Amino acid sequence: MTPHERAERPDASADGAHASAAQDKHPAERDWAALLARSTWDFIRQVLTIAWAETRKLRRDPTELFTRAVQPALWLGVFGVVMARARAIPTGSVGYLDFMVPGILAQSVLFVAIFYGIQLIWERDLGILHKFLASPAFRSALVTGKAASAGVRAIAQAVIVVLLGLLMGAHLRLSPGALAGVLIFIVLGAAVFSTFSLVIACLVKTRERFMGIGQVLTMPLFFASNAIYPLSLMPRWLQFLSRGNPLTYQVDALRALMIRGGASTMGLGTDFAVEAGVLIALILVAARLYPSAVN
Amino acid sequence: MTETQEQPASSPHSAAGNSSAVIATDGLTRAFGALLAVDHLTLSVPQGSIFGLVGPNGAGKSTTLKMLTTLLPPSEGSARVAGFDVAKRPREVRSRIGYVPQLLSADGGLTGYENLMVFARLYNVPSDDRRERIRLALEMIGLQEAAHTLVKRYSGGMIRRLEIAQAVLHRPSVLFLDEPTVGLDPVARRAVWEHVRELRERFNTTVLLTTHYMEEADELCDGVAIMHLGRVAALGSPSDLKGQVGEGATLDDAFVHFTGNTIETGGTYRDAARTRRTARRLG
Repeated sequence: MTPHERAERPDASADGAHASAAQDKHPAERDWAALLARSTWDFIRQVLTIAWAETRKLRRDPTELFTRAVQPALWLGVFGVVMARARAIPTGSVGYLDFMVPGILAQSVLFVAIFYGIQLIWERDLGILHKFLASPAFRSALVTGKAASAGVRAIAQAVIVVLLGLLMGAHLRLSPGALAGVLIFIVLGAAVFSTFSLVIACLVKTRERFMGIGQVLTMPLFFASNAIYPLSLMPRWLQFLSRGNPLTYQVDALRALMIRGGASTMGLGTDFAVEAGVLIALILVAARLYPSAVN
Repeated sequence: MTETQEQPASSPHSAAGNSSAVIATDGLTRAFGALLAVDHLTLSVPQGSIFGLVGPNGAGKSTTLKMLTTLLPPSEGSARVAGFDVAKRPREVRSRIGYVPQLLSADGGLTGYENLMVFARLYNVPSDDRRERIRLALEMIGLQEAAHTLVKRYSGGMIRRLEIAQAVLHRPSVLFLDEPTVGLDPVARRAVWEHVRELRERFNTTVLLTTHYMEEADELCDGVAIMHLGRVAALGSPSDLKGQVGEGATLDDAFVHFTGNTIETGGTYRDAARTRRTARRLG
């Protein structure tokens, strides 16, 4: 394809844009390898570009980060304190507050990420999306870039919830390894639910319907998970639903990583595999649906 | 990539010098349900020209543009842009075109410089060339001073100029402009026209624009297609079209003549709402 590329441009000689890849007479397999390498690099650069632009915007308007702290503070400070005192929920050797911190962190990440798709509708209404879609950037890179920036935003939430937890005397692990693990799962979880949200936005297309569906989804996702009570307390049917919910795997991993004496029910490997698998599937679906958002 | 399947229509070397068609459509059609938004459109735009699709809201101009920019698949017929079929090789087409949508498309939360940087990267402009291209672009559109100001503080005219700069950083062979001067004051409108002419002169960029301002088409375009209800009602240079109508005719008169209609009719509630919304944002 590259020979045409050069020829199509009137100013080809001055244009180094693709000259490095425009070596015409390579054997086919070397072309393939070069194309794959170039595509991979293009993909990564495009993802980073989208994430870079989003984080720039976030840095200029950090109020969002503080408003995000309100909900988890209420859950931990009110619900958590009362339930811990009532000792109504058996959580084994771990105190209820300790048990709850990872759940509330996962929940607050979910609640923010699930509305991330509104951005897409906003950008569609403005015309920004049209321009992205008319560019040669991979659709999957545009989606992954969005997911990555949702992940970056969620890190701020993790910091807030960990600080709140420490303030309230939760027994949290603060070793670098544990914190790094928490970070990975937070970014992954935010990416999963924000991409899910993008898929919904592509399908419903209007802000009103999108907000409605977001509201409808958050509570079932939250309650059909192990965020504030263990799976073992649930009736069978709810256990079944919870095991199909990516949030459960995120909470499971966070519980193992964050709390002193915490353990994973499913195994960290399984948690990671489920989250990553769901993310990849959602990115593929969203990339496929993305262009339909402008029509 | 299966690159040998489809060769560009013209050989590379003949394409550069002569006026072979850089946009060619053949029976291009788009239906929305029973409505034919674009009805068997056959057009050919020579390289290096400024071509206008003229007509009221709802004539099918924007739908045509969406198909040519690969945003909307055609229901029927075909189109080749910069040597590639829009439906079969969309990525090839996308890397060779620039597009400025009718709606406001620069990101208000970023500075002008950042907006340009995002597109330089997405269009795979090599890293050692990005800064220089952006500097030249800012200079050309006269926004050096405002480069590090957030775009939400720009005026409508500044935003339009920035958007045009964003769309040509990768030196596309075709630039698509959808209603480029809607909502701009006369001074800003003239500035946009100047930049479009300059692009053609400096880079031999082919420009296809849509407009419902006859005076814009008259002033700027070498070739004009008057569209009405999804079809081409008349095709030619502005002076040809005026000449066919009679002595002293304006392009407005030509429009009425060829469509049996006035420019005021046509367009839907939705179009009207959108145009006004754009106008308000830009203004």
